Amino acid sequence: MDEGEIRAGVIATLRMIAPEIEEAAIEADAPLRDQVDLDSMDWLNVILGLHERFGIDIPEADYGRLGTLKDVVAYLAARA
Amino acid sequence: MIEFKLPSLGADMDEGKLLEWKVAPGDAVKKGQVVAIVDTSKAAVDVEIWSEGTVVELLVAPGETIPVGTVLATLLEAGETPKTAATRTAPTPAPPRPGPVTRAGGEAVTSGRRRISPAARKHAEELGVDIASLTGTGPEGAVTLADVEQAAAAGAAKTVAAPDRSAEMRRAIAAAMSRSKREIPHYYLSEPIPMRRALDWLARANAARPVTERLLPAVLLLKAVALATREVAEMNGLYRDGIFEPAAAAHIGVAISLRQGGLSAPAIHDVGEKSLEQLMRDLTDLVRRTRAGSLRSSEMSDPTLTVTNLGEQGVAAVYGVIYPPQVALVGFGRIGEQPWAENGALTVMPVVTASLAADHRVSDGHRGALFLAAIRELLQRPEDL
Amino acid sequence: MKTSYREAIRQAMREALAADARVFLMGEDVGRYGGTYACSKGLLDEFGPERIRDTPLSELGFVGAGIGAALGGMRPIVEVMTVNFSLLALDPIVNTAAALRHMSGGQFPVPLVVRMATGAGRQLAAQHSHSLENWYAHVPGIRVLAPATVSDARGMLAPALADPDPVVIFEHAQLYNQEGELPEDWRCDICRAAVRREGGDISLITYGGSLPKTLEAAEWLAAEGIAAEVVDLRVLRPLDTATIAATVGRTHRAVIVDEGWRSGSLAAEVMARILENCFFDLDAPVARVCSEEVPIPYAKHLEEAALPQVPKIVAAARGVLGK
Repeated sequence: MDEGEIRAGVIATLRMIAPEIEEAAIEADAPLRDQVDLDSMDWLNVILGLHERFGIDIPEADYGRLGTLKDVVAYLAARA
Repeated sequence: MIEFKLPSLGADMDEGKLLEWKVAPGDAVKKGQVVAIVDTSKAAVDVEIWSEGTVVELLVAPGETIPVGTVLATLLEAGETPKTAATRTAPTPAPPRPGPVTRAGGEAVTSGRRRISPAARKHAEELGVDIASLTGTGPEGAVTLADVEQAAAAGAAKTVAAPDRSAEMRRAIAAAMSRSKREIPHYYLSEPIPMRRALDWLARANAARPVTERLLPAVLLLKAVALATREVAEMNGLYRDGIFEPAAAAHIGVAISLRQGGLSAPAIHDVGEKSLEQLMRDLTDLVRRTRAGSLRSSEMSDPTLTVTNLGEQGVAAVYGVIYPPQVALVGFGRIGEQPWAENGALTVMPVVTASLAADHRVSDGHRGALFLAAIRELLQRPEDL
Repeated sequence: MKTSYREAIRQAMREALAADARVFLMGEDVGRYGGTYACSKGLLDEFGPERIRDTPLSELGFVGAGIGAALGGMRPIVEVMTVNFSLLALDPIVNTAAALRHMSGGQFPVPLVVRMATGAGRQLAAQHSHSLENWYAHVPGIRVLAPATVSDARGMLAPALADPDPVVIFEHAQLYNQEGELPEDWRCDICRAAVRREGGDISLITYGGSLPKTLEAAEWLAAEGIAAEVVDLRVLRPLDTATIAATVGRTHRAVIVDEGWRSGSLAAEVMARILENCFFDLDAPVARVCSEEVPIPYAKHLEEAALPQVPKIVAAARGVLGK
């Protein structure tokens, strides 16, 4: 799975929580939760969605490494 | 015969649009069964029925907008059977119109007072119809129920003509919150609560759990609030007609913001009785259904105390507006690290500011302070929650 | 099975006589003549003069004897020819039968059933035609029934005999010839009113001989698009307030049809209960159709004019609806 596919999977997961987002409007290097307005319940659902989609269990301790869209894609790419 | 009426699904609702029937004439229904889906200005709500019986007739068709209190369907109670008219000879096919007869009762006593039937007067009040503006069509020009219902329907039709959903929700929130600030003498208290024990406990608990069973700090806060109502009962219940009715269980309304704007605060029932795992499942489900617009009527109508958790958006503290007829609202700000003085030493501590907006007709500041202190102490023993 | 009201009464008595040796029938002309309205035809031959007893023309005497028999352990059915004549027996009924259990601290119940004809419409003039059900319905200590259907005529006697206290049954003279379907299960209670026809626009509340007229009026109203609910009170004391309040709660309007005179009538009592229980449900003043306040005339056209009739009921309903 290349980074493009992973990125597409992340966006699709985000859309399930926040259907209104536009992919082009997300800055890959800016804090993701602020851009998409994700509260802790939304964030947990994103983590759950990623778990289902990619089969990767993201521990709470790693949340700090998932600040931006770029971070998330890199994190998943390293484990997928 | 049971009349199933459109319930008020919250203080800010005065009408609803029937979207779908879940039952048909002849169906037997049980207490708590979802029988219809009604669109309030907030969401499509699964409306439950609280009597048992058999559906006789559905009186409102999907698509109709009707005021709260409208009879939606009639049901027979267990053991009741539709009474039929006694066997009789065939009726006269075209009965001659009887001549006029003087009205039974004899001499009419006239007074200067406008003729408005008691039922019409009562219903107009319920629907907020200005009865003075109506023209009566009843006996001797009296304003009747039908006149009031017609006026209400005409009013409702006007509102429906503008199907701007977010505007409607804004209007509904405006009505409820204005009523709250008009009627409820709020007082406010706040208390910083150290969260180290709670967060450490939660981190340990979550580390041992699969991602699908992870807990959020919000469930600890909800459970603590519910348990604290056992110590200070005046925070949990409803104030109606000048009387406070304490609630037997804590049905905590959870303020959930909707992504398209607006806000809803449906209840999680019996929060004090549920395990954290159950609460987490309930909360996840409630948030999902609230945002999908599929709530149940009991969730909409029976919260006994509301919790709002605005810390997510980064604010330090929130001072809320009580949702009538409830009597208190607990707010939590951001859980953030702060300098914390304890035992003569300064440390860095994760802290959340808990606030209380409470109804001064029901409780005083001293009791409110005890309530916040109880929440604080409960959160120091997360293993007991 | 189709049967007449008269035959239903006869069957009920025959069954009671056969079932319980304590039951006997007593009254003027109940034996050899077979009953003024022929309700006891054939019973003398079947049960003999000990149990089907003709009495002298003395209501005071034979109703009193019935009370004595009831106190002595029997289950008498006393037939009084009309409610007009029963006034001669008011003393034993009101001062003794209705009061004895109360005055004896519960020691002496009086399990007496008094049947009597009531009402007008047969050109029997003022001394045989009045509707004085309300006189009895006023008195605590007795239960007052008004069977208006073949089924109630068949079913009400058994629970009345089973009642440990005195029960007065009013049979409207116009009903005896009425035919109706007797359901297989005609057993019934003697405590509740019955909704005889359902409708959401107006409640027509009545009893006894006025029920057929009221049902016909409801049919007329239906032809005009007005759905009338018809309530048969059945039990005049104690009144079933719950059923009255429920129907008015549904329809918000009521007309009471009562062959008694308006002043101090049962209709007045029903109206009072509606006002006590349903004031805020009412959408129009409650109306009554009662007999004109005259002794019931002999002349046919005058008698008809004096009584509640279908057109009067229809007009009253229209008036309440503002139509």
